[in-house]
Amino acid sequence: MNKRSGAQNTGKTIKRLLSYIGKYKFRFTLVLIFIILSAIANVAGSMFTATLIDDYITPLMGEANPVFTGLLKAICMMGVIYIVGILSTLFYNRTMVSISQGVLKSIRDEMFEHMQKLPIKYFDTHTHGDVMSYYTNDTDTLRQMMSQSIPQMFSSVITIISVLVAMLVSNVYLTLFVVVFVCCMLLVTRKIAGASGKFFVRQQRALGSVNGYIEEMINGQKVVKVFCHEEHSKEGFDKLNDELCADASEANKYANILMPIMANLGNLQYVLIAVIGGALALNGVGGLTLGIIASFLQLSKSFSTPINQISQQLNSIVMALAGAERIFTLMDEEIEQDNGYVTLVNVKYDRDDKLVETDEKTNIWAWKVPHKFGGARFILLAGNVEFTNVDFGYNEEKIVLHDISLRAERGEKVAFVGSTGAGKTTITNLINRFYDIADGRITYDGININSIKKKDLRRSLGIVLQDTNLFTGTIRENIRYGNLDATDEEVYAAARLANADEFIKMLPDGYDTVISGDGGSLSQGQRQLLSIARAAVADPPVMILDEATSSIDTRTEAIVQRGMDALMTGRTVFVIAHRLSTVKNSDVIMVLEFGRIIERGTHEELIAQKGKYYQLYTGAFELE
Amino acid sequence: MIKKLIKSVREYKRDSLLAPIFITLEVIMEVIIPYLMAELIDKGIDNGNMNYILKMGIILAISCVISLTFGALSGKYAASASAGFAKNLRKDMFYNVQNFSFSNIDKFSTSSIVTRLTTDVTNVQNAYQMIIRVAVRSPLMLIFSMVMAFGINHRLSLIYLGAVPILGVGLYLIATHAHPIFERVFKIYDKLNNVVQENLHGIRVVKSYVREDYEEKKFKDVSQDIYGNFVKAEKLIAFNSPLMQFAAYGCMLLISWFGAKFIVSSTMTTGELTSLISYTMQILMSLMMLSMIFVMVIMARASAERIVEILVEDSDLKNPENPVYEIKNGDISFRNVNFGYSKKKRDKLCLKNINIDIKSGETVGIIGGTGSSKSSLVQLIPRLYDTLDGEVLVGGRNVKEYDIKALRDEVAMVLQKNVLFSGTIKENLRWGNDQASDEELVRVCRLAQADEFIQTFPNKYDTHIEQGGSNVSGGQKQRLCIARALLKKPKILILDDSTSAVDTKTDASIRRAFREEIPDTTKIIIAQRISSVEDADKIIVMDNGSINGIGTHEELLKSNEIYREVYSSQVKGGGDDE
Repeated sequence: MNKRSGAQNTGKTIKRLLSYIGKYKFRFTLVLIFIILSAIANVAGSMFTATLIDDYITPLMGEANPVFTGLLKAICMMGVIYIVGILSTLFYNRTMVSISQGVLKSIRDEMFEHMQKLPIKYFDTHTHGDVMSYYTNDTDTLRQMMSQSIPQMFSSVITIISVLVAMLVSNVYLTLFVVVFVCCMLLVTRKIAGASGKFFVRQQRALGSVNGYIEEMINGQKVVKVFCHEEHSKEGFDKLNDELCADASEANKYANILMPIMANLGNLQYVLIAVIGGALALNGVGGLTLGIIASFLQLSKSFSTPINQISQQLNSIVMALAGAERIFTLMDEEIEQDNGYVTLVNVKYDRDDKLVETDEKTNIWAWKVPHKFGGARFILLAGNVEFTNVDFGYNEEKIVLHDISLRAERGEKVAFVGSTGAGKTTITNLINRFYDIADGRITYDGININSIKKKDLRRSLGIVLQDTNLFTGTIRENIRYGNLDATDEEVYAAARLANADEFIKMLPDGYDTVISGDGGSLSQGQRQLLSIARAAVADPPVMILDEATSSIDTRTEAIVQRGMDALMTGRTVFVIAHRLSTVKNSDVIMVLEFGRIIERGTHEELIAQKGKYYQLYTGAFELE
Repeated sequence: MIKKLIKSVREYKRDSLLAPIFITLEVIMEVIIPYLMAELIDKGIDNGNMNYILKMGIILAISCVISLTFGALSGKYAASASAGFAKNLRKDMFYNVQNFSFSNIDKFSTSSIVTRLTTDVTNVQNAYQMIIRVAVRSPLMLIFSMVMAFGINHRLSLIYLGAVPILGVGLYLIATHAHPIFERVFKIYDKLNNVVQENLHGIRVVKSYVREDYEEKKFKDVSQDIYGNFVKAEKLIAFNSPLMQFAAYGCMLLISWFGAKFIVSSTMTTGELTSLISYTMQILMSLMMLSMIFVMVIMARASAERIVEILVEDSDLKNPENPVYEIKNGDISFRNVNFGYSKKKRDKLCLKNINIDIKSGETVGIIGGTGSSKSSLVQLIPRLYDTLDGEVLVGGRNVKEYDIKALRDEVAMVLQKNVLFSGTIKENLRWGNDQASDEELVRVCRLAQADEFIQTFPNKYDTHIEQGGSNVSGGQKQRLCIARALLKKPKILILDDSTSAVDTKTDASIRRAFREEIPDTTKIIIAQRISSVEDADKIIVMDNGSINGIGTHEELLKSNEIYREVYSSQVKGGGDDE
């Protein structure tokens, strides 16, 4: 990326950040007004000294019986101004807190909302810790900028403007000199801030990597321990940590240097004005008098103070921009494409026995296919899935599924058998459109799944994966995840069906036992039972079981199986399993090899065929 | 607490000291420069002396350069000191986490450790930088201004002392009220991280169940919680600068009033009053800066406490004083072992009165229902947890007598919850032994029946594995994990349900390879399939934390009811030999 586009990016980032403040237009305007009031009180204070001496003290001097009432009035007056100033400060500080935290909240929420829409591929290719860093470390960089830097900048700018006006009134030429000098200062600032910004961007990136590394290692800490891999884990950490330290050090160095540079350039400016002004005045050029120079010098001092303050805020701003840039990259990640228009709706039969859409929970579901010119057709949800000549590869070079065609009718149980890596899981990932097919067609109840809204498609599918992912919360909440409207009774029924009820009741708080997401307290098998219960409570017309019972002992599995079979009558089930016992009673068994279906049929048919399945079953040739 | 933190400064002590020193020098210059400027105006401009103006101008320019140099140096050292301090803190924490035992790990959630190592450290880092820079500068300026003010008129300057208790009480109130809120905020940060983390890990579940909205709500609740608490805390802190202003403005007015009286009664000049007020302004500025540090310190305090919690967490598994480094053989014995995950709740035992004897080289199968504590049993062998009662012996000695690393090097365990790390296959395998040659890698992969599928990958052993192994299938992952364990050439190998996603034939091949290639290694296999254990020398049937039966396949078929039931459930369902 070249320099200019970098600057353009910064501009865009700032604009985008400001757009969030836009939501608080009214309150932010109030804040600006109160900042002005507070600044005025401050300026009034510094001017008060001169008035105090000239108008109130000097006249009293030498009087025998000085009357202090005038002075007292003036001081009371000033006191009122100060109180207004103090109250303004308090008000804008407190309001700014709400605004800045509000902005942070909407950024966090929007980020998460966007993340939910990203395709599975994104999650496959980013370390989780790095993504987590967006929500904490990067969002945090914005906090200081919002609550402190922005008000400070604004108040500095106001002071600068008012001083500049005073300078112009005093002497045009010297003001010109000051403006030129300030421009030079700004150039220097830009250069340093640019360097600092570059390193802050690197710092945030490095922080993300460190976060990612920690998350991954700590998550696998038990493996680390078992392999005595602590030293290596430390080594890897040190490398990233050193990088982060170097970047942070550089970034802060530039930011820290900025302040003394600004302060001393300000001093230098002061000296130069004295010298140049002195020379001009002594030679009688430009109508300068010594008095004007003296007051001008005073002004130039109050001019550099706010500039110093701005330079102090710059590092938090530069850092915030670095964080914001990363946040916006996440927000700009392309979301899952969904061109579907067919939706899943509750229907009922009207008097003419025709299907009509309804808000009632009828438990009769249908696909709503809208017509081009209004109106819609309803197709009852049945659960027929058909693959026609499907090809698929995770990337273009490597096709993992070749020419897959299959049909699963409502109420059928379709099993996939094959060695690991034959493409069984991939097939199921295509049905729920985690990935899109390269070639061919998949239909659900005769509708191309590409025309079905993804949400509705997935809602009509239940899936139990080998990797159980539970969430921190009670057992009840975890089961109910499958169907948020499920009653307690339904939750218990699902748990009984999955044979999980028994062990749940043994837990200290039963269904209200809180489990953690990585589920330290439950065994792998128990977690699988829970995830089966979760799917059972969802009660979808099509169910995909991907090695769903691999960690469950066979006795329990047999019980679960019976329950599932009862549940799944009249539904379509796809089963992937290594245990042939799990698949034996399927209506169709597909034997997969290297991404192709090489045999298909019922258990009996396949046995009669005496092909691969027969060999597998009889043990003459085992899976691989 | 601070003592504990300061230990992590180490090699950055020099920079941490240089920064304030240079700042002191810079402050001195900052005091000198205005003095010289006043001279320039009084003697040069007011008198119209051009030579003097030039002379002073040059002196001043040089002073500026010197001041700039000091300032830049202090900035540089402050930056490297604070970045270095943060680095060491992270390092110390991470290193200590590496020492954690399993039960220590169970205590902290991953997300909490992650927040502590990043967000909390960043807070402390910022505060540290602030402290070594501004905490020197502002008090110096403050003291200097005070001294000058007292020099001008000590009676009037007494007013400042009146401001001190007001400020003190105000700041104390703010700090004590804000601190607990910040403590809460960071706990919620853990929660936020947890929601995001679980969402990332379980994204397939979220998407399959179309629970994006539900997750969003969960996230937004936490986010709202952070918002609420932060607003509360920061609104308290917002009282800070008005308080400072109140004190300084108050002093100013009082000085004006009494100063005026002094002047009128001719005990003070107007010039003195002007400079007294300008010093008051300077004091105000210093106070403002100090209050900024104050805010950072309050926040950092909550973070620092969380950091220290990790630093002081002591591993409850300690290496013995004179550890034994050599493990004689693969014998394993359990003697009257009781075990539970909580030491306090003794009534919740996972393992009750376990007695087992396993000879070196034997293959032992463990079978048992879901939740029957099979995993807990084997985790005691490499001393991942300590027993509550009784002892576990390996090679004839109590496992507590061995050096932990030596013990775990000889006892390889493939965990049920297996993890592959992002990196190439080679890198993942070398976890077992980083010195292993490529041929050695291929050898163990052949043993674990992994070589074949690795060869089908375009990049073979250099294929990149994504975090958690999301780009290989479950069965492939398990075989890679077995290969990784084999590379250690252990005396004892434990497979905790590690072939559940591997097909039967491969499973059998793996066991055959074990028998033929590593006959001297004790092999313990937890499995669900009878076929995985039936040819073992000994099969242990676990039921609800106790041993229900031990024996060979034939013996158990005759004598053990549970075993028979499991066997028949598998045979009935799946043919003669599934």
